[in-house]
Amino acid sequence: MKRRAHALEGVTVVEFGGYAAGPAIGKYLANFGARVIHVESMSRPDGFRLQYPPYKDDRVGIDRSGCFAFFNDSKQGVSLDVKHPRALALIYRLMARTDIVVENMRPGVMARLGLGYPDLKQHNPALVMLSTSNLGQTGPRATHPGFGSQLSSLSGFTELIGAAGGPPSCLYGPYIDMIAVAYGGAAVLAALDRQRRTGEGAFIDLAQYEAGLQFMAPALLAYVTNGVSPARDGNRDLVAVPHGCYRCRGDGWVAISCWDDDEWSRLAETMGEGSLVSDAALSRASGRRAREADLNAAIETWTSGRDAADVIVALHRANVHVAPVNTMRDLYDDPQLAARGVWQSFDHAELGPMRYRMVSYQLSDTPGRVRSAAPRLGEHTEAVFKDWFGLRAEEFEELSAQGVFS
Amino acid sequence: MLLSPYRVLDLTGPLGFLTGRILADLGADVIKVEPPGGDPSRAWPPFHEHGGARQSLYWMAFNANKRGITLDLESANGQFVLRALARSADFLIESFPPGHLTRHRLGYDDLHRQNPRLIVVSITPYGQEGPHRDHPASDIEIMAASGAMSLAGEADGEPMRVSLPQAAQWAGCEAAMGALTALVHRTCGGEGQWVDVSAQAAVVAALAHAPVFWDLNGINPERAGVYITGRSVTGAHMRAFWPCKDGWINFIVYGGSAGRHTNQQLVAWMDERGMGSATLRTIDWPTFTVPELTQDEIDAIEAPIGRFLATLTKQQFLEGAAARQMLGYPVSSADDIHHDPQLAARGFWQEVGAGRPGGAIRYPGGFALVDGHRLPIRRPAPEIGEHNDDVYGHLLHDSPTVA
Repeated sequence: MKRRAHALEGVTVVEFGGYAAGPAIGKYLANFGARVIHVESMSRPDGFRLQYPPYKDDRVGIDRSGCFAFFNDSKQGVSLDVKHPRALALIYRLMARTDIVVENMRPGVMARLGLGYPDLKQHNPALVMLSTSNLGQTGPRATHPGFGSQLSSLSGFTELIGAAGGPPSCLYGPYIDMIAVAYGGAAVLAALDRQRRTGEGAFIDLAQYEAGLQFMAPALLAYVTNGVSPARDGNRDLVAVPHGCYRCRGDGWVAISCWDDDEWSRLAETMGEGSLVSDAALSRASGRRAREADLNAAIETWTSGRDAADVIVALHRANVHVAPVNTMRDLYDDPQLAARGVWQSFDHAELGPMRYRMVSYQLSDTPGRVRSAAPRLGEHTEAVFKDWFGLRAEEFEELSAQGVFS
Repeated sequence: MLLSPYRVLDLTGPLGFLTGRILADLGADVIKVEPPGGDPSRAWPPFHEHGGARQSLYWMAFNANKRGITLDLESANGQFVLRALARSADFLIESFPPGHLTRHRLGYDDLHRQNPRLIVVSITPYGQEGPHRDHPASDIEIMAASGAMSLAGEADGEPMRVSLPQAAQWAGCEAAMGALTALVHRTCGGEGQWVDVSAQAAVVAALAHAPVFWDLNGINPERAGVYITGRSVTGAHMRAFWPCKDGWINFIVYGGSAGRHTNQQLVAWMDERGMGSATLRTIDWPTFTVPELTQDEIDAIEAPIGRFLATLTKQQFLEGAAARQMLGYPVSSADDIHHDPQLAARGFWQEVGAGRPGGAIRYPGGFALVDGHRLPIRRPAPEIGEHNDDVYGHLLHDSPTVA
């Protein structure tokens, strides 16, 4: 048998929709060799292209969105007017060569377009389809629109972030959408595996809300078992003390935590704080917790006179939990992320060189990678429909003249 | 179920619990392997306390749907048994420090020799290689090193993590994708392989597109508390969190097509409640955009909205916003979530563990509906060694060499 170079070679994914929650799944699959076709139209491009910064050099343009690019590397982009009757027929033909459809339109929209799972399945009984939406395909609020940045509040995340008694704080951007991306990705891969074994298709209804609640499960169980809703509590931890972030010289911060009494004594010794080392009341976690604010102040007095890098070296030498609070700028210089090849640069006609994110897992025999920059709107329409799908030149031209690819 | 044919050996600590849970939710037979006496995380608070006994909520949450056995991997016999179990497994998931299993003669090469089809998934804070691979890291260090904390908390104040640890869930979830990517490869004719997962790199996914601001335009996004950033070219802040009668509401004044309907509906809703604002009524919402607004202009828009939202409860806002198809949600507590009719209508909650110490508990259900069926919680998290007889009896039967 021919040796497979890519884990997902021979797998074809077609995406309808936009923003992060649907398309980011395809990016994960494309990084391991799947052919992923991102469907947009000239009149309805992906919402990330024009609605969200950043744009290259702050100039808005259909192919200048860094936000769109970040979630769509390694894919082919086609433009197709899905409301055109002949486009519908073409999509039905395309389904025979499609393994997975991912869509994140508002519930009901795909069915109205003739693209619901029963419609598509007629053209490929083995089709796997994932519909991912804010609140799910069913239920009294199924069609209530929403963005991930706010859904992170409905699902309780922002309730648990910020100082005790203070206001909640934002989590950056569509945090919960990215949770749903990982769950959606796992579901389509499991369904793809069954398809390859048995020839069966599957329809997956994923609510981003419910996916996010998986991450909240201990808090939900806390309410059921103890009758109390957990509340935000700054950076405190139920076990480790001290546990927090500390300002360093300049604008850096470090996170430090002590998980047992020995680790605390190593921290105190490294700080050279004899009075803390010898204070028997602090040798037990309960004693440290009673004076946590004082300890945090003492630690910050020590860190604030030092560069974050020096604090980290000293505490690692003492085998104390510590890490830099990396900013976005820092991530691109982080030696560990660099060693894993997390940032992979590709050139793009309008964006220039941009560093795309390789996913967090790597496979030993069939390693993944970012394969190409994100597509310009409609960049691969001809390549996909003529070269790969096999439309004859006359047919492609005729459909094109009728506006199917607009 | 989708993964019914497969068996998983789950050797993980808390950093990797979720991966096996996801494979189990999808139908795999996941066997949680604990040291004799149980996983140390069983002693982690918070607890479900009942009749003098207590169970860790983390353990309960992320080990549901798994069977449980005990095995001493420090002993040669235990290592021998694990190798035997690995011969009939499809996946082995572990989260020991890099090199630990190799020193126990259970590293990837050893396991691969036992079973070339085995998919080994290793989940660590930083990955198997690289300069930081041996650094100790718990949730807060991983959240810090991934960049997530730099974006949360008050402007110029202490960077914040989510009070409920998150890094393990990100790592576990992305690891499940890695495991299943390797599975598809194997089903299509490949062998087993080693999946190396970095929790730090997994949490970078949580940042969405925040890093791109730096890469494309040299702007380093910062935390801003209750405000959102990245929407304005004047540097103005827009509020996301508003105090209401019984908590907080997440509402953002969006411009363009995204905000038009919501803003028009808000004005009408305020008028109906006798809290209309001349400032808001005169705005032409179809042409309204945000990026060029000054802070003074934003303040003038937000002041009447704040007065209005302060008169609502979280539930009134949710119901009103849904009826009007407006964007925005309350900041829900666990209590609110348990009473959300949307979740009830979709059969999200599942009673699990009737007849066990502590009684039946209402669990959040599986993460999706497949072909119309909620992925079920088939069993609660296992007691220590609960399935030793099942698993070892079966093994002895299958493999006389173990006896």
